Amino acid sequence: MSHKIFIPRDTTTLALGGERVVKAILKEAQERKLDIEIVRNGSRGMFWLEPLVEVETAHGRVAFGPVEARDVTALFDAEFFKGSTSHPLALGDPEEIPYLKKQQRLTFARAGITDPVSIEDYKAHDGFKGLEQSLTLPGQAIVDEVKASGLRGRGGAAFPTGIKWQTVHNCSADQKYIVCNADEGDSGTFADRLVMEADPLMLVEGMIISGLAVGATQGYIYLRSEYPVAHQVMNEAIANAYASGYLGDDIQGSGKVFDLEVRLGAAAYICGEETSLLESLEGKRGLVRFKPPLPAIEGLFGKPTVVNNVLSLAAVPFIMDKGSQAYADCGMGRSRGTLPFQLAGNLKQGGLVELAFGPTLRELIDDFGGETESGLPMRAIQVGGPLGAYLPESQWDTPLDYEAFSAIGAVLGHGGIVVFDESVDMTEQARFSMEFCVAESCGKCTPCRIGSTRGVEVIDKIRSGNNVEANLALLDDLCETMIDGSLCAMGSMTPIPVKSAFQYFSEDIALANASSSAQAEAK
Amino acid sequence: MSDKAKWDPQAVQGIIASLQHKPGALLPILHGIQNALGYIPPDSVPMIADALQQTRAEIHGVITFYHHFRLTPPGRIKLEVCRAEACQARGSRNLESHVKEKLGIDYHHTTLDREFSLEPVYCLGNCACGPTIRVDDDIIGRITPEKFDLLVDELTTTALEIR
Repeated sequence: MSHKIFIPRDTTTLALGGERVVKAILKEAQERKLDIEIVRNGSRGMFWLEPLVEVETAHGRVAFGPVEARDVTALFDAEFFKGSTSHPLALGDPEEIPYLKKQQRLTFARAGITDPVSIEDYKAHDGFKGLEQSLTLPGQAIVDEVKASGLRGRGGAAFPTGIKWQTVHNCSADQKYIVCNADEGDSGTFADRLVMEADPLMLVEGMIISGLAVGATQGYIYLRSEYPVAHQVMNEAIANAYASGYLGDDIQGSGKVFDLEVRLGAAAYICGEETSLLESLEGKRGLVRFKPPLPAIEGLFGKPTVVNNVLSLAAVPFIMDKGSQAYADCGMGRSRGTLPFQLAGNLKQGGLVELAFGPTLRELIDDFGGETESGLPMRAIQVGGPLGAYLPESQWDTPLDYEAFSAIGAVLGHGGIVVFDESVDMTEQARFSMEFCVAESCGKCTPCRIGSTRGVEVIDKIRSGNNVEANLALLDDLCETMIDGSLCAMGSMTPIPVKSAFQYFSEDIALANASSSAQAEAK
Repeated sequence: MSDKAKWDPQAVQGIIASLQHKPGALLPILHGIQNALGYIPPDSVPMIADALQQTRAEIHGVITFYHHFRLTPPGRIKLEVCRAEACQARGSRNLESHVKEKLGIDYHHTTLDREFSLEPVYCLGNCACGPTIRVDDDIIGRITPEKFDLLVDELTTTALEIR
């Protein structure tokens, strides 16, 4: 009898030795003359348990983790392959693990369960049902359904997806495009990566539906080159979708056309900005464009273009299958549906947590993240990537909702949450925000290009105790100039983490001054 | 230096010809050349410019805009260290200085024996399990200075065995 074992093929599992575990299991099985079938699934997003090995049994799956290659012999001795839970790494039914059980998984319902590139697996778990439904509808009806769901762009700007689609739908053009923004450059985020590595066919399906809705026949996924595993998995999924007639000239005999291609970026954070991304796709330097014209009207190669984040497009199959109401029933206020939060940084239990909008940041950290990895108390939490604010403990009771975050001068962004313990020097973090802007500014507008360099210099002066009061005033002034005068979010939002670091953690200035003068004396 | 880095105009011409029909072909062409040769030889710039009917300045401008593309041959192993916030929160600043000291080079440089090229990277998406580095196409998490030293030994020892 063959034993079916699941070991993820996602980046984090591989980064923690997943491939060595696979080799060790195959070798051990061969020596013991056991018939083992290994399925490379996607991760369930409980990254602190990776590599998470799961075994199929008559009563569902049994999980073991985190498994290292050196554990494999003992696991075989304990007959883990039969689902025996006598080994200390046994975790029982993975879906009963509280971290997973407490989530509301709409977008990530299949993650970790299926073979990500298998069309059969995908269909056996509700895959392509949204597409089947969409193929029977006129484009306007699909746009209306997405509008009714309340879905807002998950890239960070939270613009209503249905309204963007309506604009493209209303344009008449010989060619329209669907562009998926998979340039997930924010530190602390990995939800797009997990979609592409754990359930890429859902993104394919979402893009086809988007094409049907607005009348576009060509899609591009603009993927960052820092994601080699996602690139591989996504390409396999697309090839399988072509082979099964879900992409190409005649989608499932409907006569509808949709072609899809992955295009690699080349390490430029700015290309996550939609107009810069379009320039890059056209083969140019990723310089930000002026708006208007909106990309929805004059986008890729001057044609009407939907540019949506991976998570926005990935939410669409659920909405078209289960209905807009089922999606809109989750959430709070104007933030409808779920957001996959990403717990990162100094946490014991980092990973992906998909929840309806509404719980507070503190609840999310307490219920899922646990304590810090270092064991030291938490001090600052950066939410929303490198352009997001650093939140002091007094703000951790803010509900996770676009408007509530905006009200405290912070951003929810793409849902990345990075926890720092008390060893952090917040003046150093502020300096890094400016330094990052120096490295990644496209250079088109002066406040961002020059302002960031001046920002690093002024922060260096503040940190070394040089005329602190005057330089803090100067930094404030510089930040205002960047906020008001920059062309895009890179320059206008870099001041957010900088200002929050100095406003809420000002005690670090004196510490930095003291350590700077101690260094000077030592010389 | 590895064989990969030898200048081969015919190979470059073949890559250009196979991709130039694509809309927005420049990035795919640059990736194609760098994947094959490890870098984009300056002599390939006029060839690309001719094929795409653009100026050499335009092609050069695109190559230098993106951190990923390089105009000089890399060392045998390309090493990237994540500098972004989630890794910082898990000790990457300490790792960064250790890596530079161990290899004796700063970012954007190659060791004298041409074994390692060191580049910074802003996020590899392994943010729950950092600090993270990338060795060619392999991403490795929870790297400590001690694990880094073992890895360097492993990488350089294997090379000797192959030779």
